[in-house]
Amino acid sequence: MTTDLTLSVAPPVLAASLPARSDDALTIGGRSFGSRLFLGTAGYPNQRVMLDALAASGTELATVAIRRISLDGYSESLVDVLARVAGGRINLLPNTAGCLTAREAVLTAQLSREALDTPWIKLEVIGDRDLLYPDVEELLRATEELVNDGFVVLPYCNDDPVTCRKLADLGAAAVMPLGAYIGSGQGIRNPHAIETICARSPVPVVLDAGIGTASDAALAMELGCAAVLLNTAVSKARDPVRMAAAMRDAVAAGRAARLAGRMPVRGFAEPSSPQLGLIGG
Amino acid sequence: MSATIPPATIRLNGQDTPLTTASLTGLLAGLGLDEASRGVAVALNGAVVPRRRWPDTALAPGDVLDIVRPIQGG
Repeated sequence: MTTDLTLSVAPPVLAASLPARSDDALTIGGRSFGSRLFLGTAGYPNQRVMLDALAASGTELATVAIRRISLDGYSESLVDVLARVAGGRINLLPNTAGCLTAREAVLTAQLSREALDTPWIKLEVIGDRDLLYPDVEELLRATEELVNDGFVVLPYCNDDPVTCRKLADLGAAAVMPLGAYIGSGQGIRNPHAIETICARSPVPVVLDAGIGTASDAALAMELGCAAVLLNTAVSKARDPVRMAAAMRDAVAAGRAARLAGRMPVRGFAEPSSPQLGLIGG
Repeated sequence: MSATIPPATIRLNGQDTPLTTASLTGLLAGLGLDEASRGVAVALNGAVVPRRRWPDTALAPGDVLDIVRPIQGG
């Protein structure tokens, strides 16, 4: 007795149709990235762990803050430290963290361009120090000013499709909606909003803030994000280096799942085993 | 009672600081910085001073000077 198994088996997927990693590069602001994980450099137990985590994550873009130097003495520049990681593959993305107005953010961006010789800026303009939520009016103002000044602007913004659209229209190279409060590890609180933003955005969407663990990063990619930016989920993990590798794999898996195209969600059971030739039927 | 002349100061990274040199490069040298220092940027009275302009930038009492560099951030 034979059962025609081919009846309910999906057509074979050709391995050749799966894009190789190198064919799936992310391009933002004219720069190509093999890794879709961007990683922050703050809050690690020590510098050695930070450097190992950066290497394990596979990231090619690491965020840094711009701050006044200590007047007590000058120590080794973070630029020199990071240049030694992973054969110098890591580019720096300075941020304007802590800025409360467009004016402060623009000056910080201009200083970072001078300090690091890069027009790239992760633009943060904060409207509430407790929530670290963006101040949309100031964010839009700063984005416009910096785009006009030649910056590659990546604004950290609300998970709001209208704000994201306005930022893209002003010339932002990507939009970076928050998944949850910065540093909260709550994950993606409104996946539908992120999915909507991804579906409608003319520029790459980078999920920024709120990621707590690997499944959150995978979800971001499955929803259609082009990349994930995280920091605390790695730096405050019990084993940051191991979590960095987990994030690397989660982002890759989520991206692959997105490209593969998930099955539809159904309201009832759908047998996966063939229904022909049931014993006792 | 004799009048005292307050020392000339600048606001350096948010701190009132005696102005002991009229040149930016002189002040930077006192902090161990020069044009070869990587990752350093300077703003004078709210405007960035490009590195190539450091040698001919003068400081005056009341100036607001910020010297920054990248640190760990998210």
